[in-house]
Amino acid sequence: MEVALSFVVGVFFAVAIYLMLSKHIIRILLGVSIFGNAVNLSIFTAGRLTREVPPIIPEALQTPEVATANPLPQALVLTAIVISFSLFAFLLVLAFRAYQELGTDDTDGMRVAEPEGEPMPPLGY
Amino acid sequence: MRTLIFRTVAPYLTSLMVLFSVFVLLRGHNEPGGGFIGGLIAASAFAIYGVACGVSPVRRSLYFHPMAISGFGLLVAAISGWLSVVFNVPFMTGLWIKVSVLGVPVDLSTVLFFDIGVYLVVLGSITSVALALEEREHG
Amino acid sequence: MAAESIDISNAMVTQPTTLGDWMLVAPVGVPILFGAILLMVRHETRLHASVAIAGLLLTLGANAALLLQVLADGPQVMTMGRWLPPFGISFTADVLGASLSFVAMLVASVCALYAMKDIGTTGRRYGFYPFVMLLMAGVGGSFLTGDIFNLYVWFEVFLISSFGLLILGSTERQLDGATKYAILNLVGTTLFLTATAYLYGTFGTLNMADIARKAEAMRETGPLMTLAVLYLLAFGMKAAAFPVNFWLPASYHTPRIVTAALFGGVLTKVGVYALLRVLVMLFPVERAELSGVIAWVAAGTMVLGIMGAIAQSDIRRVLGFVVISGVGVMLAGLALGTETGLTGTILYAFHSVLAMTALYLLAGVMKGLGGSYSLHELGGLYRSYPAMGAFALVLMLAAAGLPPASGLWPKVLLVRASLEAGWPWLSFAILLTGLLTTIALGRVYILAIWRDRQEVAPAGEAAIGRPGFGYTSLVLLCVPIILLGVYPEPFIRVAAAAAGGLLDSSSYIGAVFPVEAVQ
Repeated sequence: MEVALSFVVGVFFAVAIYLMLSKHIIRILLGVSIFGNAVNLSIFTAGRLTREVPPIIPEALQTPEVATANPLPQALVLTAIVISFSLFAFLLVLAFRAYQELGTDDTDGMRVAEPEGEPMPPLGY
Repeated sequence: MRTLIFRTVAPYLTSLMVLFSVFVLLRGHNEPGGGFIGGLIAASAFAIYGVACGVSPVRRSLYFHPMAISGFGLLVAAISGWLSVVFNVPFMTGLWIKVSVLGVPVDLSTVLFFDIGVYLVVLGSITSVALALEEREHG
Repeated sequence: MAAESIDISNAMVTQPTTLGDWMLVAPVGVPILFGAILLMVRHETRLHASVAIAGLLLTLGANAALLLQVLADGPQVMTMGRWLPPFGISFTADVLGASLSFVAMLVASVCALYAMKDIGTTGRRYGFYPFVMLLMAGVGGSFLTGDIFNLYVWFEVFLISSFGLLILGSTERQLDGATKYAILNLVGTTLFLTATAYLYGTFGTLNMADIARKAEAMRETGPLMTLAVLYLLAFGMKAAAFPVNFWLPASYHTPRIVTAALFGGVLTKVGVYALLRVLVMLFPVERAELSGVIAWVAAGTMVLGIMGAIAQSDIRRVLGFVVISGVGVMLAGLALGTETGLTGTILYAFHSVLAMTALYLLAGVMKGLGGSYSLHELGGLYRSYPAMGAFALVLMLAAAGLPPASGLWPKVLLVRASLEAGWPWLSFAILLTGLLTTIALGRVYILAIWRDRQEVAPAGEAAIGRPGFGYTSLVLLCVPIILLGVYPEPFIRVAAAAAGGLLDSSSYIGAVFPVEAVQ
């Protein structure tokens, strides 16, 4: 199962990188989002996969009876999802604002902060 | 999007969703659920209300500014971590207290208050993002 | 509760936590607390500055206590939620983390003071001060955490606060710069997360002390080289190392000047810190193998960075490139990996935090008095404001690495270390960078301060105002800068202790896993 998921992770990375190589902000954003999901899935796979045995200790015992699923990767993935979700929400607003103000989502056209053909600094008094 | 049907249904849908989000928040104590997902449900409820009836009714109904709600949630979460100073245990240790409300025993813990903090942070910040986007679209 | 009957000493911390231990979480917990309060009272803009400064000073005091404690008793540990490490998240402060965090809190306090006059009501309503507090919580957490996933979380905390600060004002330039900054930094932290996923898959643990003690056994079987390269790329991106530095010059000149000061001083140093922590402490053998690559990256970053500075006519953009070349100098010590080299790097980090913040604030004062950031328009500042000329001279000497200011000693250490390591070309690169920095900043000095006032009237005549707290802030920063220049002994001792703690991680590991707990 880990092997199969590794392939899925690979495909995700490939798609994400392809999208991020685009010039348009919206595609880059989609790529970043898929990139985040690829990483989440790879964390999940890195924690080794077990079939649905929740890591809960029965009330009478002090240690779990059988081998359970590893809860840590789930906690990590959840944290990572929360963070990437909030960053993505912010990026979406930012990109939308930038598109409205600058009138383009083409990164080649976004040269307001670094204008082309700036004059050289003065070379003497 | 502002059809008559949607506008009529939206307030009820929103209140139901907010109620459900509180249920999910409290359920997260022992079962799937919790502050984050609860906060997301509540935020999407207000987003729906905003889509149906416009942004200013949402702001009026929230009364507090979304970022202030977020700040309050952060404060609640931080305080439930700092409470361990008093008990000589490390930061963020879960502290429990049993109280009896009308004869029903209730376990209160700092974990629960941390989760409520998370709920408010998520509700506040996602709602403010959603409202900002909706404002741009209509305004 | 059944807990009474269970022996929990195998799973949980049982000894009581003393008040001294709380100094460890104060650099994170206090800013979060104050940030939350500031978010709630966002309409009371008059209160913001005083609440924020009080919070930062409290944090600074706690951090100073922590630093003294660490210097006296070795690394301090507090494990969250009582779970024994490696299960609980350990906050672990060693000299490196505590001292960098102290310097960062110091410049943040000064920036908050400067912002009292610089950030008006609108900026405060947008949340300048809450964002600063959350940014510093993230930075403090990054310096003090002992868990690599937690480091990722703190990275994201300060990243999202930095987004908020970057677009404060929402001008077109800011939106443009912030878009590039946000996307590239998000890709950088996601790369960091990718590396952490592999690390977790390999080691099965995320506690840095645990990884450090297990790395030796994994060296034959685990893909540690892959991990080290991934971390080098990810943190190199955060630290703005060439060739993944292009987000920095695209964005650092766009926000309010006090924001740029805080970013230029603090944020890249967090990347350098993470590089030191991961490559030197966790993967020392891999770092030694990669040292050639890191050295070329370092040389490229410092020389190309400062060449970029020479080509700019906006002071803020000049400074953005100076920040990059400073990162290159710090990476030189990482490439060398010797005790002298790392001491130089850490000392340079102290110097760079102070000097870069001060230079950006100086640019803010120049804009306030001269009405522009452009070298085409500025002029005659020395005649009108001799005090500013003095500050500018000190700071430019500091950045160029000339006595009597702070940049000299770290460069001496780094040059000596690279000569000892048999890499004269690296010391040549460091010295060349010093020369080029002198040229780049010297030209700023000559044009903006020394030459006569320009005929071109600055665009906004109304913008000319009083420096506000500019001079006070500059004095507060110049004192440690000059102290580091003329009396470097204590600073070098702290830096050497930090470097020693990185190279020999046994005390770090011993603090997290006391001997009696290890079976």
